[in-house]
Amino acid sequence: MHQFKSLFIGCTLLLSSAGLVFAGNGDTLKAVQAKGYIQAGVNGDLFGFGKADQKGVWKGLDVDTARAVAVAVFGNFKDRVRYTPLTAKTRFTALQSKEIDLLTRNATQTLGRDTSLGLDFVQVNYYDGQGFMVPKSLGVKSAKELGGATVCVLPGTTTEQNAADFFRSNNMDWKTVTIESTAELSQAFFAGRCDVMTSDASQLAGIRASSPKPDTYMILPDIISKEPLAPAVRHGDNQWKDIVNYAVLTMINAEEFGITSKNVDEMAKSKDPKIQRFLGVTAGNGKALGLDEKFAYNIIKQVGNYGEVFERNVGVNTPLGIERGLNALWTNGGLMYSPPFK
Amino acid sequence: MVTTNEKSAVKTRFWNDEKTRGIIYQVVTAMLVAFIGYYLIANVQDNMAKQSIASGFGFLEKEAAFEIGEKSIEYSAADSYGRALVVGVINTLKVSLIGMVLTTMLGTIVGVCTLSSNWLLSRIGTIYVEIFQNIPVLLQLFFFYALFYEAFPGPRQALNPVSGVFISNRGIDFAVPAQHFAWSYVVTAFLAACVIAFFIARWAKKRQERTGWQFPSFWVGLGLLAGLPLLTWVVCGAPTELDIPALKGFNFQGGQNISPEFSALLIGLVLYTASFIAQIVRAGIQSISHGQTEAAMSIGLKTKHVLSLVIFPQALRVIIPPLTSQLLNLTKNSSLAVAIGYPDFVQVAGTTINQTGQAVEGVALMMLVYLTLSLLTSVFMNWYNKKIAIIER
Repeated sequence: MHQFKSLFIGCTLLLSSAGLVFAGNGDTLKAVQAKGYIQAGVNGDLFGFGKADQKGVWKGLDVDTARAVAVAVFGNFKDRVRYTPLTAKTRFTALQSKEIDLLTRNATQTLGRDTSLGLDFVQVNYYDGQGFMVPKSLGVKSAKELGGATVCVLPGTTTEQNAADFFRSNNMDWKTVTIESTAELSQAFFAGRCDVMTSDASQLAGIRASSPKPDTYMILPDIISKEPLAPAVRHGDNQWKDIVNYAVLTMINAEEFGITSKNVDEMAKSKDPKIQRFLGVTAGNGKALGLDEKFAYNIIKQVGNYGEVFERNVGVNTPLGIERGLNALWTNGGLMYSPPFK
Repeated sequence: MVTTNEKSAVKTRFWNDEKTRGIIYQVVTAMLVAFIGYYLIANVQDNMAKQSIASGFGFLEKEAAFEIGEKSIEYSAADSYGRALVVGVINTLKVSLIGMVLTTMLGTIVGVCTLSSNWLLSRIGTIYVEIFQNIPVLLQLFFFYALFYEAFPGPRQALNPVSGVFISNRGIDFAVPAQHFAWSYVVTAFLAACVIAFFIARWAKKRQERTGWQFPSFWVGLGLLAGLPLLTWVVCGAPTELDIPALKGFNFQGGQNISPEFSALLIGLVLYTASFIAQIVRAGIQSISHGQTEAAMSIGLKTKHVLSLVIFPQALRVIIPPLTSQLLNLTKNSSLAVAIGYPDFVQVAGTTINQTGQAVEGVALMMLVYLTLSLLTSVFMNWYNKKIAIIER
């Protein structure tokens, strides 16, 4: 009998935790302003994207994106963002159930997620792709030579599916070892349980940097998937979606104009009408979004432009050492492109 | 007048009737539970529809498009989510069933050891119980898994203790007989021998009860189990060809592989659960009064017969109910597999939830599967418990 009882309790917990509430237009902004902070879902365990340092200060590209949104809403980010570390499994449920207001946790935008999870993705803040990492001693130069290999895979992402597609389409045999936690999986990989590890290239760079001997591992040149990592908001609140979207775009647009956190005060005196509109010297953009007219100025001043944020968190001078690549501005051969702010 | 008075004294209002009242309470409770259930489910469905979150079990037929590390039935990424989940259930069953058998055996041995009059044996038993009972099972799993991949060399430097057996950090690869039609007959012969041995044992027991004549059913059974398959093998042409694992590319190909994940999970679960079973067995044996032992010895039974004919049958009645709950625990703990990469049901269901986003349905399936496994185990153990209960004549 007690099994039935525990089933019943289980059901109740399950259903009450899924106590989903419909997001109406403008609800999120009002709720956020009323409580005075933004609850952001982040990775919590991914160096360069979302991880707290030894002093408990959150750092990363995704963390800075959440801060930019907070600056847009409140004018500053100090104590205005609270972070919820989420696993790949729990991230979308947390957004659906209103546990968080904003998801900035290296989530890949896909059609399936956009349509069936009740959420909307905004401007991509990192263009990633899935790659393979191998020990140099293996002597493998291309992912096409991996037939018969044992592959360490992180579960709960698009990674498992991409890897399966890749091996299937190339008619190669393979074996998977799938472990829930990144730390455990990396340890198994470094000890030689698998020949190969696969994940998003940015993540592999982070894991490689955390290894005892980073130089003995290499990331293969093959990129087997498109992983546009984008912040996400609940479906149905278009105003909030606009705010998050333009907070990200502000950082990209600032880089296009050459505006940095250092020179933003000077640029505010610019005679260029485009820059005057962008920085709120000429009013209009802020009102349209329901924000302060100086929101773009504040984001650049306090968080920086996209280039600054990138270099600070994952760029070539960090342990991750990632080149701009696809994440360069469109004027430099990358994909970062902002629509005009007018 | 007197009769009517008596009648009204006997007649009670129907809501005061104990039986009717009982029924009313039960109906009200059932309706309340049904209503709460309906309300919760309808609420979730309604809200999910409002947020345009997909629902229903249609996803089970869609292509899974992910690979599973270990499978006992044919499965590829092109198969459906439904089949992937079945692979997961089989993996859970595999580790649970083997685990239950091994842990019961080990637990019984350790339990008897702790009571042994041999100082060393009883100390070893006690130390075993104290160590494994008091370390969280998850830590034990991490430990055994790390032991496997840290302690053993890579496949290219695999240990080769016996010809045809290779031990590396990819698991244990060993030779198995190559495919031949004889082997399926040998398996059939073995199963047939099991059935025959069972009936012989039953017949022998009945005859002994009737006449007192003993029959060496154990040795005859053993002979059958070994002899019948051997005879079949010889008749079918005695194939001796082996499928020996060989290093090709990155890994061993051919033969049979036992993965480090499976081994670590099995060892961890068995050692942990056995420590609890040992305590249960010890308590069960101690619950039988010493007079029973003395009485059995005084009629001249050998020590092993004292244990097997007098003490154990009585102790089992105390042992079985708590043993059932430990075996259930083992099944439930097997879901910790996800931490060390064994693709059990929870892991496969987790991936399914992730790819389809249908958490409510996925979690409901998980609960259903574990509930079914637990209830089946309970039913079996309750049947066994009834069977060994005191038969009052």
